[in-house]
Amino acid sequence: MISRVTVRSSFVTLLSIFWVLLTSCQRETQVDRATREGILLLGNSSEPKGLDPHIVSGVLESNILRALFEGLITSDPERDTATPGGAAMEVTPDATATVWIAKLRPNGRWSDGVPVTAQDFAFSYERLLTPDLGAKYAEMLYFLKGAEDFNKGKTNDFSTVGVEVIDNLTLKLTLRGPTPYFREILKHYTWTAVPRHIVLKHGTIAQRGNPWTRPENIVVNGPYKLKSWRLTDHIEVERNPYYWNASNVVLNGIRFLPIGNLYTESRMFRDGQLHMTYGCTPEIVDLMKKENPKELRQELYVGTSFFRCNTTRKPLEDVRVRKALSAVIDRKAICESIFRGYTPAYAMTPPMGDYQPPHPTEISIEKAQSLLAEAGFPGGKGFPRLKILIASRETAATQAQALQAMWRDQLGIEVEIENKEWNAYITAMQELDYDIASAGWVGDYLDPLTFLEMWTPGNGNNLTGWDSPAYVKLLKRSFQEADPSNRFDLLRRAEAIFVDETPVLLVGWQARNYLVHPSVEGWNPLLLANNPYQFIRLVPGR
Amino acid sequence: MIRLILSRIGQGVITLFVLITLTFFLVRAMPGSPYAEEKAIPEHALKRMKEYTGLDQPIPVQYFRYLKNLIVHQDLGDLIKKDGVKVSEVISQSFPVSLSLGLLSISIALMIGIPAGVIAAVKKNTCIDYLCLTCAMIGICLPSFVIGPLLAVAVGLSLKSINVAGWSSPSDWILPAFTLGLINAAYLARLARGGMLDVLSQDYIRTAKAKGAPSTRIVIRHALRGGLIPAVAFIGPAFAGMISGSFVIETIFQVPGMGQHFVNAATDREFFLIQGLVLFYGFLIVGANLLADLAQIALNPRLRKA
Repeated sequence: MISRVTVRSSFVTLLSIFWVLLTSCQRETQVDRATREGILLLGNSSEPKGLDPHIVSGVLESNILRALFEGLITSDPERDTATPGGAAMEVTPDATATVWIAKLRPNGRWSDGVPVTAQDFAFSYERLLTPDLGAKYAEMLYFLKGAEDFNKGKTNDFSTVGVEVIDNLTLKLTLRGPTPYFREILKHYTWTAVPRHIVLKHGTIAQRGNPWTRPENIVVNGPYKLKSWRLTDHIEVERNPYYWNASNVVLNGIRFLPIGNLYTESRMFRDGQLHMTYGCTPEIVDLMKKENPKELRQELYVGTSFFRCNTTRKPLEDVRVRKALSAVIDRKAICESIFRGYTPAYAMTPPMGDYQPPHPTEISIEKAQSLLAEAGFPGGKGFPRLKILIASRETAATQAQALQAMWRDQLGIEVEIENKEWNAYITAMQELDYDIASAGWVGDYLDPLTFLEMWTPGNGNNLTGWDSPAYVKLLKRSFQEADPSNRFDLLRRAEAIFVDETPVLLVGWQARNYLVHPSVEGWNPLLLANNPYQFIRLVPGR
Repeated sequence: MIRLILSRIGQGVITLFVLITLTFFLVRAMPGSPYAEEKAIPEHALKRMKEYTGLDQPIPVQYFRYLKNLIVHQDLGDLIKKDGVKVSEVISQSFPVSLSLGLLSISIALMIGIPAGVIAAVKKNTCIDYLCLTCAMIGICLPSFVIGPLLAVAVGLSLKSINVAGWSSPSDWILPAFTLGLINAAYLARLARGGMLDVLSQDYIRTAKAKGAPSTRIVIRHALRGGLIPAVAFIGPAFAGMISGSFVIETIFQVPGMGQHFVNAATDREFFLIQGLVLFYGFLIVGANLLADLAQIALNPRLRKA
């Protein structure tokens, strides 16, 4: 019979062996192994809605699409300029920047070996614009002559759209007007090609739910092809041997991890499970600044945080009220204490390239108080109790609380915070069923238009009820202006109107806070964070 | 016995039918829409998208179409926001993960909870009892979003062989399983203690003692069977809950299980996914309850005549 003591002692021994095994085996971390294998481990926020560049519309999807598909032009790995390179050898404009000729590479291949042709691009643009597909980002192609009419069903004839195949490797694009910045637009994933032969093999041109992007069917033309996809676990891509520049692709593969919780993501980074995080909470920014500042990146991003005003409601229909509310916001405090690294915004468009947004003179607090008095609310008396609508996100709540305090202290008005879950929040905004709502917008391309076109009446992003004919007129004039500096001038004048009428309360120009492992080399700060992956190098032993 | 099983199955089918009907209409009564996006989708695109998913039809038509698809084709439908992904695919990819995590957690819960509860009952009003009770109370009161990150930081960050999150190797199962298991262990301990105390004061236990039976034998042979009935009744639904995933645990430990779909489907208004998951979960609950009933009958002879 085994004595109790023996049982107990053997149990203790077993436990200690287990513990020693657990602690002593200093196995390499996932990052170490991936670095050795040349695979980048990337936090990518959440599960993508799909891999069809004509169907999806989000930033996290674009991160994956950038590895899989290549448009006529790709981003430069080091600068925010659109240098030639991509599926086209060159994309050249005529004198008015209205007609562009794209010369495709003769050695361009899909990942099944079939050549990439001008017909593929023409087919793709037709697919995206076909009304039956119901592509929500079709308006990215409205730069093409006739595209809007075709997409909205005013004509069924695609030959009225400015896309013409000259020969297998030459594509002619005729735009709605002079577009000197067209190369910038071409970088967006809506302008990439999808494989005509594969799309048509699995369905029709405009079929929703066409299974061509399923892992077993998908064919791509980018530096990488899909290796594996497990829902809410990972998407992994590997080298595409048919890529025209395959011999110069450094990285062997990328693993995108849909990590929804930023705290979990930071823990995984610190535990050696990720090369790069998608984001970083303010607390982690502070911690990393103290513990490991080298791994923290704080970079400018083309995004703006603001609060929409419902200009169809009293008293926000009065521009004096909106100006007063905007003037007393302490933007510096919000940018530093809540967002860590944002820049106080005085205009909608963050400075980009040669475009410097208008910088209006600041309104003093006394002036703001007198504006409010002029509007009929001296010292905030009689001001209705407005609600700030926010989606249940922590930074939005803190931001709204800050505004609440600033308005109470400086203007003597009380506002409430109304917290709705994301979907209800969006619906309320779209139905103009709100007073003031927290919001943000990240540009699709590097041109002020991506921040200014959204405020035209009827645009899906306006949602403020604001409508200024003078503003629209200036924007329309800019569409016909070929000279870049005159064009910027028109846009600046339009933006000045927008800022002056204050349909939104601007807060800050966004920055990206994220963590990067020291082994990652060649990941440069780009304003759109659209770094091409193929040039990234992983250096072991760092 | 067979009659009982058959009647329970019949009740289960009715429950599931009521459940799916209620869910169907409730999700459509929620404010918001599956197509709500920061940038409003253009009217013509929206119309086309709704036609594709059938959401352009009147709700009764949608309902009968859904039932027909479900019963005739055993099809739970497609995701609204992810083109071409089937609800059944989401469940078949995530359920095995939740099942393995749930099984491990329930084993941990049983191994810790039942002995703790039994020991506490046997050593009633001693230090051991108080210790067990306090631990159980802490386990019940501390939510998983506190225990989870604490374990992740304390164990995951300090031990190289255990990752703080992820689901790529078996060692990744340990932390989420413990977090989920500990909470349920606490409930089990309290239930087991209560049940055991009840039984230990019964006449037949006193008789056994009077006949001079050794105390371990009394506890294991005579008391345990009856004392564990409350715990067993709890295990059924708790087990179904555990194997269908936990949003919090999955978020903290980046587990590709089913729990996150419950929450995300609701916030995304993924109607068909919500319906599919609720139906699947209802099926698990009905099944688990049936098993729990059978286990109780096995433990309690008095129920066999009922």
